[in-house]
Amino acid sequence: MTRKLVVDGTEIEVEDGTTLMHACEAAGAEIPRFCYHERLSIAGNCRMCLVEVEGSPKPIASCAMLVNDLPPNRDGSPKKIFTTSKVARKAREGVMEFLLLNHPLDCPICDQGGECDLQDQAMAFGLGGSRYDENKRAVEDKYIGPLIKTHMTRCIHCTRCVRFMTEIAGVEELGLIGRGEDAEITTYLEKGILSEMSANAVDLCPVGALTHRPWAHNARPWELKKTESIDVMDAVGSAIRIDTRGREVMRILPRNNDAVNEEWISDKTRHVVDGLKAQRLDRPYVRKNGRLVAATWTEAMDAVAQRLKSTTPSRIGAIAGDLAGAEEMFALRELMAGLGVVNLDCRQAGEALDPAIGRAGYVFNSTIEGIEAADAIMIIGANPRLDAPVLNARIRKRWRQGGLLVGVIGEAADLGYSYNHLGRSPAALQQFVDHAPPAKVRPMFILGANALARPDGAAILALAAQAAHSLGVIKDGWNGFNILHTTAARVAGLDLRFVPGPNGLTAAQMAAGGVDVVFNLGADEIDIAPGAFVIYQGSHGDRGANRADVILPGSAYTEKSATFANTEGRAQQTVRAVFPPGEAREDWTILRALSAEIGRPLPFDTLEQLRAKMYAAAPDLAAINMVRPVDPKALATLAERTGTIRDEPFRSPVRDFYLTNPIARASQIMAELSALRHAASAKTLSAAE
Amino acid sequence: MAMLADHDRIFTNLYGLHDQGLKAAMRRGQWDGTKLLIEQGHDWIINEMKQSGLRGRGGAGFPTGLKWSFMPKADPRPSYLVINADESEPGSCKDREILRHDPQLLIEGALLASYAMRAHNCYIYLRGEYIREREALQRAVDEAYAAKLIGKNNIHGWDFELYLHHGAGAYICGEETALLESLEGKKGQPRLKPPFPANVGLYGAPTTINNVESIAVVPDILRRGATWFASLGKPNNAGTKLFQISGHVNKPCVVEEEMGIPLRQLIEEHSGGVRGGWDNLLAVIPGGSSVPLVPADMCHDLTMDFDALLKVKSGLGTAAIIVMDKSTDVVRAIARISYFYKHESCGQCTPCREGTGWMWRVLERMAEGRAEKREIDLLLDVTKQVEGHTICALGDAAAWPVQGLIRHFRGEIEKRIDTYHSGHKEAAE
Repeated sequence: MTRKLVVDGTEIEVEDGTTLMHACEAAGAEIPRFCYHERLSIAGNCRMCLVEVEGSPKPIASCAMLVNDLPPNRDGSPKKIFTTSKVARKAREGVMEFLLLNHPLDCPICDQGGECDLQDQAMAFGLGGSRYDENKRAVEDKYIGPLIKTHMTRCIHCTRCVRFMTEIAGVEELGLIGRGEDAEITTYLEKGILSEMSANAVDLCPVGALTHRPWAHNARPWELKKTESIDVMDAVGSAIRIDTRGREVMRILPRNNDAVNEEWISDKTRHVVDGLKAQRLDRPYVRKNGRLVAATWTEAMDAVAQRLKSTTPSRIGAIAGDLAGAEEMFALRELMAGLGVVNLDCRQAGEALDPAIGRAGYVFNSTIEGIEAADAIMIIGANPRLDAPVLNARIRKRWRQGGLLVGVIGEAADLGYSYNHLGRSPAALQQFVDHAPPAKVRPMFILGANALARPDGAAILALAAQAAHSLGVIKDGWNGFNILHTTAARVAGLDLRFVPGPNGLTAAQMAAGGVDVVFNLGADEIDIAPGAFVIYQGSHGDRGANRADVILPGSAYTEKSATFANTEGRAQQTVRAVFPPGEAREDWTILRALSAEIGRPLPFDTLEQLRAKMYAAAPDLAAINMVRPVDPKALATLAERTGTIRDEPFRSPVRDFYLTNPIARASQIMAELSALRHAASAKTLSAAE
Repeated sequence: MAMLADHDRIFTNLYGLHDQGLKAAMRRGQWDGTKLLIEQGHDWIINEMKQSGLRGRGGAGFPTGLKWSFMPKADPRPSYLVINADESEPGSCKDREILRHDPQLLIEGALLASYAMRAHNCYIYLRGEYIREREALQRAVDEAYAAKLIGKNNIHGWDFELYLHHGAGAYICGEETALLESLEGKKGQPRLKPPFPANVGLYGAPTTINNVESIAVVPDILRRGATWFASLGKPNNAGTKLFQISGHVNKPCVVEEEMGIPLRQLIEEHSGGVRGGWDNLLAVIPGGSSVPLVPADMCHDLTMDFDALLKVKSGLGTAAIIVMDKSTDVVRAIARISYFYKHESCGQCTPCREGTGWMWRVLERMAEGRAEKREIDLLLDVTKQVEGHTICALGDAAAWPVQGLIRHFRGEIEKRIDTYHSGHKEAAE
């Protein structure tokens, strides 16, 4: 049902269930608020959104009042709402004055300055000054972890942070203690918050009470250049904004993308920033007499070209890593194809995913938004909280709405919602199917890609596909068969068929000595056996560079425009925010130059030309920001396969959430978080004993 | 006006002069024909309560029968009755007399009210400090259970469980929705309304919250008839009421009287008069600390009922009369009340959290005279900025006493400021 309202003289019609605040905004009125946030429960405690409602003796908090809860006018005329009347203005000015009573007004030294709701709204809706002559209250700052710096005197008690932690992050570690003017936000015991999403609370804080500790006093928001890009720390592809000053990335913030990350990002996504500045490969290196020595581009290119030209194609291999963009994988694939090399692999962990059968076999088919439609989720061999914290928040969001049944096969970790633990090994899935579980309307499987990175991976995938068919996970109009990847590069790699050609070797085979020359495009999670000549192209001096014989310095995701397909298969592009350091280059140009060096120039000279060719090879990557419909037939093919599963428990692929890739490993803050997490789990263990 | 006749009294053991046990209570007429009342049906009881004109005795004075009628009649969720025994308003001390001396009245009322609202479960939320009261009530509840008056398969044919729950001593938990939060095991902070408890209350189910006295008078109203109750008191202010008289009187007491009894009669006949005689009266706070005070010159013909007190811009509240004679430092008295509300504010919403502290600090200075005259208007403005802008009524309760003070004793504050400034003139020069 809809009903009519007159907001400041403008008549509008709104749906029942709309809050008065949204109705007023629909009519063009501006309603200030602090505690209200679209993605959190309604607290109604700041009282900033008070409006005058005809017939009501008191002003009404518009965020908490539904239009259908307003008592109707006796004569049936539409209710009049006033957002700028004397009553409404006076109410707001009063609340603003109250909020500033005990606020220190230390804006010049506050990190929130320039992007502070309190500052902005005090300008727009407050009085010029205060009439308060008493002493201000001071509140002791709290320690709540290495990411969040607290200035609790600035707190206005909106409880957004508390609601975020409790509702979204699923970690009940923040709360409001005390009462009246002695109320304080704290973690009770002042311990670090153990959540992978904690820093989002800082974004939500409308004042400077919570600020980002790692960036404290580094820059003012108005000095920063803002670049909208996407994240590569996991396979979710969260929308981010990269703020830079000069050549330096100062901070990373989330952007809103309802289809992917809503407006959250993980702590790793946000605070990996210092990792972008450390351990950088900023010039080429060549190994001489067992030691890596700085070299010129010419020397390095010569060394590589010689090696590639003098080795038979069957003894050359290429492995693409977790952070590689589609462009460089495509360029490398073309380069290798020109040489006649069939030993290609983008699955450095060895996931038994076969792109040949179709995209449905390796993406998150239901899409992330589809989680909200599911009524049962079976998580197999994955820990979404660590594999993809933002996606896990989406599952939790669905779980909080009620009516969602979650089952887990694999490690019984704390996911932030309750679930039935059905077993640790793949056999539990077979048992589950045999038990004929109750039919659900929209059941979903979330199969960890890394659960397939074991010798019986293909059999597990086949078993899951069979189970999915028999349980109605795949049916007309619904495909809930989802692979949860953990790395940003993987889906695009599979789209580009960066996998072994006929009789080609896999990454593990190449690493084990199956080839004499390995072209390593940023694969740092694989150990290459001694013997082979390794060409490493990447951005950070990590495991891969250590093992290399020639290092070609590439760029990180903030320094290039590259295409990544997230776990749903959604192609998204990063945008260059800064230039790569020193002599490092954009990755595809290195490969283009190398192709000329070996006398087989690749047929593109610009990024546009490369992309045109790449889109022809993998049309899915051309659909930027979209997920193209996937044909579920691939899953029927999968289900027909057979194999023997081993009775071996699933093990979480993410050993240490904060140190999953070279950039994160270069970050001091990630190391600190990792240590904090280890200390906390050690404490839990000793307490348990 | 004549004193309330003994045969019209509801609380026959108010002073604990008689045995509080079940047998004695039954001898006094309690639990008499309760089954017959229940057999009249849910709607008859609600209707009878509406006819009686009983207005809630917790302070707001909302018609009890009407409140009950808001409860859904066919809802898959269970219904709950919650009895508010978190009597914490300074000056208020009537519920404890019922709890410790006439508990069977409350238990019988709880059964009848629950039956009327189709509730099988009732919670009594007791103030944290009411230790002995809880013990007394628990004894009475146990007796009622043992006699099969309540409980499963009781003799009244309506399964009924009664639970006592102790608060932890926060004033705000007497606010009905904060009480529900506390009862659910959460921090006692008021909820946003709507939804109202009759729709979404305890554990998300339809709930009615009533004061102890409102429930304790139910059995007598039903037994003697709505017309009997309505015949007492004044129109729109029906029945009898427990008045609590404290402060500068010779014999502070709790007494049951008809609504609309003149204040002077109440004080002189039941409390032995104002200390030093009626002419020594400075002011009264007629309904517990949260209502504005009424100065002596308005007290002469004042009657104690909702409407008359509203006319003098005060309120009946819980009918807890705090009498102040001329020895009272009225500014300091209100400053102390202001401190109470500052201390008890839950801190959830801005105007109350910040405003109560501001009002108290200004009043503290005014009590010494260490203030400016312009600050009187400032203070009044602050009270208006708090009043009506908060989630619950604690903001109003904190604002009203200050407004009453400024309305009636502005001269006193000004005088004090003048005295202070003349005493500190030299220092200033």
